[in-house]
Amino acid sequence: MRRSRFGSWLAITLGSLYFIVPLIGTFEFSLRMKRGTYSFEAYRVVLADPHFQASFTYSTLLALATIAVGTILVVPTAYWVQLRLRRLRPVVEFITLMPLVIPAIVIVFGYIRLYNSQSILPLTDSSFGTDALLCFGCVTLALPYLYRSVDTGLRAIDVRTLTEAAESLGAGWFTILTRVIFPNIRSAVLSGAFLTFAIVIGEFTFASLLNRPAFGPYLQLVGANRAYEPAALAIIAFVVTWACMGLIQVVGTVRDAGRPK
Amino acid sequence: MTFIDIRNLKKSFGPTTVVHDFALSVERGEFVSFLGPSGCGKTTILRMIAGFETASAGSIRIDGREVTGLPPAKRNVGMVFQAYALFPNMTVAGNIAFGLKVAKWSNAAIAARVEEMLGLIKLPDIADRYPYQLSGGQQQRVALARAIAVKPEVLLLDEPLSALDAKIRVSLREEIRSLQKDLGITTIFVTHDQEEALSMSDRIVVMNEGRAEQIGTPFEVYNYPRTRFVASFVGTLNLLSATVVDAATGHLAIDGQHVLAAKAVEGRTAGDTVSVALRPEAVDFGGASEGRDALTGTVEAVAFLGAVVRIRVGLGDQKISLDTFNQPQLRLPTAGETVTLSFSRDDLLVVEPDGRS
Ligand SMILES: Nc1ncnc2c1ncn2[C@@H]1O[C@H](COP(=O)(O)OP(=O)(O)OP(=O)(O)O)[C@@H](O)[C@H]1O
Ligand SMILES: [Mg+2]
Repeated sequence: MRRSRFGSWLAITLGSLYFIVPLIGTFEFSLRMKRGTYSFEAYRVVLADPHFQASFTYSTLLALATIAVGTILVVPTAYWVQLRLRRLRPVVEFITLMPLVIPAIVIVFGYIRLYNSQSILPLTDSSFGTDALLCFGCVTLALPYLYRSVDTGLRAIDVRTLTEAAESLGAGWFTILTRVIFPNIRSAVLSGAFLTFAIVIGEFTFASLLNRPAFGPYLQLVGANRAYEPAALAIIAFVVTWACMGLIQVVGTVRDAGRPK
Repeated sequence: MTFIDIRNLKKSFGPTTVVHDFALSVERGEFVSFLGPSGCGKTTILRMIAGFETASAGSIRIDGREVTGLPPAKRNVGMVFQAYALFPNMTVAGNIAFGLKVAKWSNAAIAARVEEMLGLIKLPDIADRYPYQLSGGQQQRVALARAIAVKPEVLLLDEPLSALDAKIRVSLREEIRSLQKDLGITTIFVTHDQEEALSMSDRIVVMNEGRAEQIGTPFEVYNYPRTRFVASFVGTLNLLSATVVDAATGHLAIDGQHVLAAKAVEGRTAGDTVSVALRPEAVDFGGASEGRDALTGTVEAVAFLGAVVRIRVGLGDQKISLDTFNQPQLRLPTAGETVTLSFSRDDLLVVEPDGRS
């Protein structure tokens, strides 16, 4: 008993060290920009850099657009699959898992081939078109997470009976989706959204190959040319991601507190 | 005048037909129950009336209007579900107001209607609560209020009480019935509880395997079951098989003992086997007398049920149960004893085999 207790603590400690030591190292390094003293100088420099501001704003907007497009795509799909096409569920689940299996670089080359300036739909011709393409690409990357969160949310409510109750009260499908289904899976959608946010903020491959001024390529650029700033940026990106994870937790707990089983 | 007119209704899921040629006409303001065992198609028919399931064949008319192909939202049919199905994200008032908002009522009219409904279900103070803050019985009342707030032409209830505990079930069924009478709303109520059906309904549709076995008032269905199935499903009935001795005079033999039914046995000839039904409460101890037949058998078991004692008597390889009131001054027979039972000829019913119509 004691031994196994000791073993599990050892495993947890090793795992945590594996994770925390580089983080502490990076953080410590990021504070050493000024010779001889610890300071947040690197952070000040990074935050003051207009390229940082521009790329971070770009990625934030991209993330919000991705969340909007992804939600509009995924919620009705998952709802419909749950309500009417139960048999298709494994197929849809498989499709939503594809982005995890196919490397992003393969997807983006596919996109570039399909939507280049010689194609029927030359999205890469304009900068807005390329932004849109990047957004759709991010939706694809976020699909596994978004779909899974929404699907879990839908399974927790009785989709069919709620839909039928609303139908018998005269509601059409748009009213049902927006007034009955969506509010009841809001926390699930939100946790999917925060995950999506974290993914899009750190996304590099798509943005780089489509040549968009996103945060990922900026991070890479700075990393190649500076010493202390990349460390500071890594910590910032990490904090943003963890803030998202924290929000998922908060949203989850608020839901649980509000609706005891 | 017929208000709901269902004709030749059929429903198949793939190769299996679960509703066969169902027909029913319901009068305006009538309360009709569908009573039958699990899986007999009650819910399926109800869902076809509501529009959640499309009929494979046949037609449904409500107040002269053909609704068979209409989506649920266009039918003006209210539905109450076994699982309440209140919208968890809305308060009680929000739930009741939902259909009214969809129908674009004015805010003032909605507020007034919500208050009226809360009064009707005798829960005036819960408007701001959420469904999870209500008991099952309260939730089901709110679901009822939500369904009738929009003034549907027809109210459908699918086993609305079966998730509740026994006491609330009884009080709520009385409430539903009196509400239904006050509002005069045409109602179809699905249940597999015969007591519920008998106590609430104007008429009962007894169903078995996708067919209506008998449609009649509670009195008719209970006292004059038309088929063997109805006899066995509604009430605890003794079902015995008898051999026809003389069809014209209703002369039968049960376990070799001769009895007379009140009526001639139609469509049978001597030597045929028929099913006869006899209610436990119609059987007494004692010999034959004017208008009464007697059977002799051996007591197999005596079960004490409180106010009533149920005694099982074997007649050859058949069994007959009888109920007597528990009177301490009377001596009860014991197992193994030979007894003579008698019953009025009017209570001996010859029933048809199942599924004949
Ligand atoms: N969507 C469906 N697909 C296939 N078969 C179905 C479907 N819905 C119902 N059935 C079948 O139809 C038959 C009747 O079902 P129904 O739900 O109407 O029974 P019920 O009388 O309401 O039973 P219960 O008292 O258990 O609710 C059952 O055998 C059921 O398995
Ligand atoms: Mg049912």
